[in-house]
Amino acid sequence: MNEELIVAGFGGQGVLSMGMTLAYAGMVEDKYVAWIPSYGPEMRGGTANCTVIVSDTNVSSPIISSYDTAIVLNQPSLEKFEPKVKPGGILIYESNNVLNPPTRKDIDIYAIPAAIEAAKLGNKKTMNMIILGAFLAKRPLVSVKSIMEGLSKVLPERNHHLLPVNKKALKHGMELIK
Amino acid sequence: MGKKLLMKGNEALAEAAIRAGVKGYFGYPITPQSELLEYMATNLDSRGGVFVQAESEVAAINMVYGASGTGVRVMTSTSSPGFSLMQEGISYMACAELPCLLVNVVRGGPGLGTIQPSQGDYFQAVKGGGHGDYKLIVLAPNSVQEMADFVYLGFDLTDKYRNPVLILTDGALGQMMESVEFPEYNPEEHLVDHSSWTTVGRENGREQHYITSLHLLSEKMEEINIHLQDKYKTIQKNETRFESIMTEDADILIVAFGLSSRSSQKALELAREQGLKVGILRPITLFPFPSDELKRLANSVKGILVVEMNAGQMVEDVRLSVGSNIPVDFYGRMGGMIPQPDEIVQKIKDLSKQVKI
Repeated sequence: MNEELIVAGFGGQGVLSMGMTLAYAGMVEDKYVAWIPSYGPEMRGGTANCTVIVSDTNVSSPIISSYDTAIVLNQPSLEKFEPKVKPGGILIYESNNVLNPPTRKDIDIYAIPAAIEAAKLGNKKTMNMIILGAFLAKRPLVSVKSIMEGLSKVLPERNHHLLPVNKKALKHGMELIK
Repeated sequence: MGKKLLMKGNEALAEAAIRAGVKGYFGYPITPQSELLEYMATNLDSRGGVFVQAESEVAAINMVYGASGTGVRVMTSTSSPGFSLMQEGISYMACAELPCLLVNVVRGGPGLGTIQPSQGDYFQAVKGGGHGDYKLIVLAPNSVQEMADFVYLGFDLTDKYRNPVLILTDGALGQMMESVEFPEYNPEEHLVDHSSWTTVGRENGREQHYITSLHLLSEKMEEINIHLQDKYKTIQKNETRFESIMTEDADILIVAFGLSSRSSQKALELAREQGLKVGILRPITLFPFPSDELKRLANSVKGILVVEMNAGQMVEDVRLSVGSNIPVDFYGRMGGMIPQPDEIVQKIKDLSKQVKI
């Protein structure tokens, strides 16, 4: 197993933390992982993205030109990364933030209205976990238990009371994509 | 080995330095290196060292000079523009033979440039950088694990040769997270006795110790230069390090260090899938440069491709090593761009055609 994915959206949508949670979860399961963020001015309110690689073997390069999966949370990221999904790959997008949906026919495309669903759960910030849940339903790279262990590393301790609602969001995302 | 942790390269390097017994860290914040300084600010004081945020990089390197004079393990870290500011102090330290660990988390230049990763400081790192005839021992990690490992190696080498050691890395390796394991390392077992030259106060009427890089008598200054050049020769003989990947049957040899060696490794996998016999020589020490190994490989491969994140710097050392009997091609991206594996594969194909494979 070697999954190369990109997570992209606006700063503040939980793009980097989603990727980091997945990377932690992979490491918990003794897989080889790499997480590489875009950093700098673009993080401060602009677009943000991170590449995550979860693999059974050593990761040769964290720098990659095409992806098995793209998770995009806004229109600019969709336009940037839709062409970079490998044929047969997966594109998951947050449908409340995308006006012009993707058009490719050679990849599996899933629209998840995660922003609205997160609001329904009572915590808008769990949007990224809903999306991550949807992704894991399609590509069960790691267990929910490992994700939660990863999330407990990514979330500062003062926010650990939010772990249960995040778990709920993750599971909700898994249901949504079915 | 300890347990696996997921860390940024900058953090792993800082943690390794603390475990290696660093007693003094002096620095000034600059992206993309700041996590390293922040980690030191948070942790070093409570773990047996001194952290000082200096008022500038010039001040920081001079604090390193002063603290090194006491014989303890000291370091600084910065990124490209900050490293330029430190050059005067580094030249002084090379002349005064003061041990220290330097870290340059390179960003795209010239000028203030960009905060994205680059290898544009290769020349500065291996050809001196400051004034006068001196060399740094230059280590080039290509993973978060090596960001940690080379700290121990770096401190051991700087103590052994009384010569500044530079870890030359880049913004991407500093910012990315990979798993890392910290080896068992007891600094007490590695420390070198520096008491024959340190300036820690005279005791028992011993001879005065005097650390300086100023020698106004030319005869004396030449003597020091000869001594330094002898030392660099010894370092070349003993400390050249490199990694060879699938070079045995290679027709095309990629030479790349640091992050671009990772892109190249992916390119190697893609090219081998297409039946192209590609190998990689990755210099781990940039000074001393693995010239002999390159010369040896030049006899068996048909073409060499150098991949860098600059306009072509290490490629000059490759050409010096192998001469003009073999085609040496170059692929580089600049200004914070990273060579992509598929771009490298295309260059491999072009070179293969050129040398009629």
